[in-house]
Amino acid sequence: MTQKLVIIGNGMAPGRMLEELLEKAPGLYDVTIFNAEPRVNYDRIMLSPVLSGEKDYADIIIHDEGWYAYHGITLHKGARVTRIDRAAKTVTAANGVTAAYDKLVIATGSAPVILPVPGADLPGVVAYRDLDDVLRMLEIAKQGGRAVVIGGGLLGLEAAYGLRRRGMAVSVVHLMPTIMERQLDPAAAYLLEKALTERDISILTQANTKAILGQGKAEGVALADGRVLPADLVVMAVGIRPSARLAKEAGLTVNRGVVVDDGMRTSDPAIFALGECAEHRGQCYGLVAPLYESAKVLADRLSGGQGEYQGSVTSTKLKVTGVNLFSAGDFADGPGREEVVLRDAAAGVYKRLVLNENRIIGAVMYGDVADGPWYFDMLKRGLDVSHLRDTLIFGQAVQGALAGGCGVQAPGAAVAALADDAEICGCNGISKGRIVAAITAKGLTTLAEVRAHTKASASCGSCTGLVEQVMALTLGEAYRPAAVEAVCGCTDLGHDDVRRLIRAKGLKSIPEVMQELEWKTSCGCAKCRPALNYYLVCEYPDDYADDYQSRFVNERLHANIQKDGTYSVVPRMWGGVTSAHELRAIADVVDKFAIPMVKVTGGQRIDLLGIVKEDLPAVWADLGKAGFVSGQAYAKGLRTVKTCVGSQWCRFGTQDSTGLGIRLEKFMWGSWTPAKVKLAVSGCPRNCAESTCKDIGIICVESGYEIHFAGAAGLEIKGTEILGTVKTEDEALEHVVALTQMYREQARYLERIYKWAKRIGTETIRAQIMDDAEKRQGYFERFVFSQAFAQVDPWSERVSGKDKHEFKPMAVIAEAAE
Amino acid sequence: MTDTTWTDTTCADMTCTDVIWIAIGHIDDIPRRGARCVTTPKGRIAVFRTADDAVFALEDRCPHKGGPLSVGIVHGHFVTCPLHNWNIGLDSGLAQGADEGQARAMPVRNEGGALFLALDAPPQPAVAAE
Repeated sequence: MTQKLVIIGNGMAPGRMLEELLEKAPGLYDVTIFNAEPRVNYDRIMLSPVLSGEKDYADIIIHDEGWYAYHGITLHKGARVTRIDRAAKTVTAANGVTAAYDKLVIATGSAPVILPVPGADLPGVVAYRDLDDVLRMLEIAKQGGRAVVIGGGLLGLEAAYGLRRRGMAVSVVHLMPTIMERQLDPAAAYLLEKALTERDISILTQANTKAILGQGKAEGVALADGRVLPADLVVMAVGIRPSARLAKEAGLTVNRGVVVDDGMRTSDPAIFALGECAEHRGQCYGLVAPLYESAKVLADRLSGGQGEYQGSVTSTKLKVTGVNLFSAGDFADGPGREEVVLRDAAAGVYKRLVLNENRIIGAVMYGDVADGPWYFDMLKRGLDVSHLRDTLIFGQAVQGALAGGCGVQAPGAAVAALADDAEICGCNGISKGRIVAAITAKGLTTLAEVRAHTKASASCGSCTGLVEQVMALTLGEAYRPAAVEAVCGCTDLGHDDVRRLIRAKGLKSIPEVMQELEWKTSCGCAKCRPALNYYLVCEYPDDYADDYQSRFVNERLHANIQKDGTYSVVPRMWGGVTSAHELRAIADVVDKFAIPMVKVTGGQRIDLLGIVKEDLPAVWADLGKAGFVSGQAYAKGLRTVKTCVGSQWCRFGTQDSTGLGIRLEKFMWGSWTPAKVKLAVSGCPRNCAESTCKDIGIICVESGYEIHFAGAAGLEIKGTEILGTVKTEDEALEHVVALTQMYREQARYLERIYKWAKRIGTETIRAQIMDDAEKRQGYFERFVFSQAFAQVDPWSERVSGKDKHEFKPMAVIAEAAE
Repeated sequence: MTDTTWTDTTCADMTCTDVIWIAIGHIDDIPRRGARCVTTPKGRIAVFRTADDAVFALEDRCPHKGGPLSVGIVHGHFVTCPLHNWNIGLDSGLAQGADEGQARAMPVRNEGGALFLALDAPPQPAVAAE
């Protein structure tokens, strides 16, 4: 019988443990997870880039909903376990859910330490631990103002940097004489302090917080020396404490954390502890690398192995853009210890190695950290470095050069010189040899594949460069480093990066984007400009001035250019329904302007072809008088909603498909999208409107509306995927609109819905649109907001004189020469 | 400078040619990174204004399939044809990259914003001194 494995906590450590377990022994356990946070497993190391705006939450998700579903794992979100009954072998959550276990893993993580000072409970005082904390900080940062960060450690400094990036005036209050004193010696701390001060972050050391001041909310921080710092936001980042209460209440052995043996087992043989809540050989860890190492051991144990965790040596990097810092091991002075120091003040470089009996036991580097992994590798392996001693501090490149007798190193030589068991990815403990083996065995060629198969550079990402060098070495000519396809020749950035950076840096015009993102051309090209224009229209519907000169001719002239330079005009016929009055008006226009061809389109519209540019405004004026607006048949936007006659006429119709089609079209017309969007609504599964090959389609059934998406019937033929079924027409509208907005915000320019869905996964889309009402509502509201600015009929605007110059020659020369 | 037509005599080597400059309007009639047309008995001429306010004139026909260059996207001193995305150099009319062909280019003079076109002047040399 399948055993029951229950996991309390859904952080990175149990996430990794499950990955290892599912690989080693799939199907061995029936897995249930209780997560106190109302979300899936995300990369907590990356909260700092989310705070600073360099990444989105969506970028840092490790396991999306689909992953849990695929592996048949039950995930209770927002369910805090309050009791473990060891006798009955059950756990119970605050929401009443109880689960029985054969094996239990406690992975409750840690809680931020909140200083017990007056005012610590005021609104506006925030810890820095999870996504909710980040969201709370961002909410306050929106108004600008001042932030005081208490704690000048790794987290505190990253928080300070993030909040500064978000526009707040930031001070860091630190109790000790130098910042990050656990990882840095005073010299490196000084350089770091200087770099942060240059980034407009004020640092107060030897500052003891006495109280948080404020009436009803935090307004300031009072220091013991009498100084008062005004603050709209106070971030407490003074440390973490293992969350071991649940284990203690269950009667397990607990010191600072839940005590485990080398097999990660607690004092109860059926119960294990993992992650920041665990205490192993007297050590509690707060960095990801040791947690991943112990996760691997636990996965081995759970699948019947005898793996042993031996404890870890850790290294640190600070995620502040432009600050390079590396520290590992023990760097305090001491008897019998030697140190080697290199300083280059002008370049802002400081390196210090601490040696004991000819072995590296500590390394601190600032400014130039390229050799960090090399030193760390020797440190962990306890290598005798006496033969390198004289030139050790100059780094690996110099060693190689001396050995080879050549002054210049080929790029990648340092990585080539690394031993197979040298660690490349510190977070995940991945050695060079493992990466090389995976590349060779599985034929990997892209960074994304290497990440997927080995996890190297998949956590904090700071070793990405090293991983790429390993790939280059292994693959040789076959390695194409530009795994991300650039938008065009004007930039090396891909579409996703450009969109993300527009958001993160708040870039508001095409010249600003090109300046800030270092475009290589002065004003872009015909590929990037329309893309940028769309991204800005989508991001700032209210205050971006649409750049018409960056739009393709069809979207500038609001008609479709034909091969002979004439245009075709398609008036909107809502849901494909027309009338005698409308048809008569069209007939009159055709006669008056001698329009050579009238054609019915696949989207149930009438196309008037062969109109010269100069006639367009007059054609539209006449069509407008009959009530027509632009059919936007030319737009990367909502095109048509095709319908069948539905329950109004059809003997098989189950719902009013025509009515819903018209309603959708009236709601969504005018919206710009990454590529064209075509909809259809069929009144029954006979599917006469051909909903199952549309970008979004609806099939009405007796019980409601089946929503389809990601179909294609052009260059590629692809049937739709089912998004889900809803009961009412209102719900159908909300889901379709939300899906469209999600696509608008995430897809790359010119990427149709089916391609976007394939790229990000239909499960991800389903989870956000069908299962997450809050997300759905958010998308819906943003679409509605954007429509307030988008729903202006471009034809009537031009009939009233907008962009006259587009339709008239600037001069007419009657005679070539007199 | 008034917007009248006038004649220059230019001499190269031993031959002198009369060049007739025809007033076609003001630079501000053309959007930056855009173009306007001038219609003539010999066909449409596209007059381009770039981001740096340089002005160029080309026959409004892409050398590829005759697409109207005047409605293409203007970037740097190039225009992309709306029909099949050929990039055409504005100074020379030459197709860029792997494509081959040339749209006829003609000189434009910008006299304090007033623009004059020399319709019958020989095409500008392909190698423009930028």
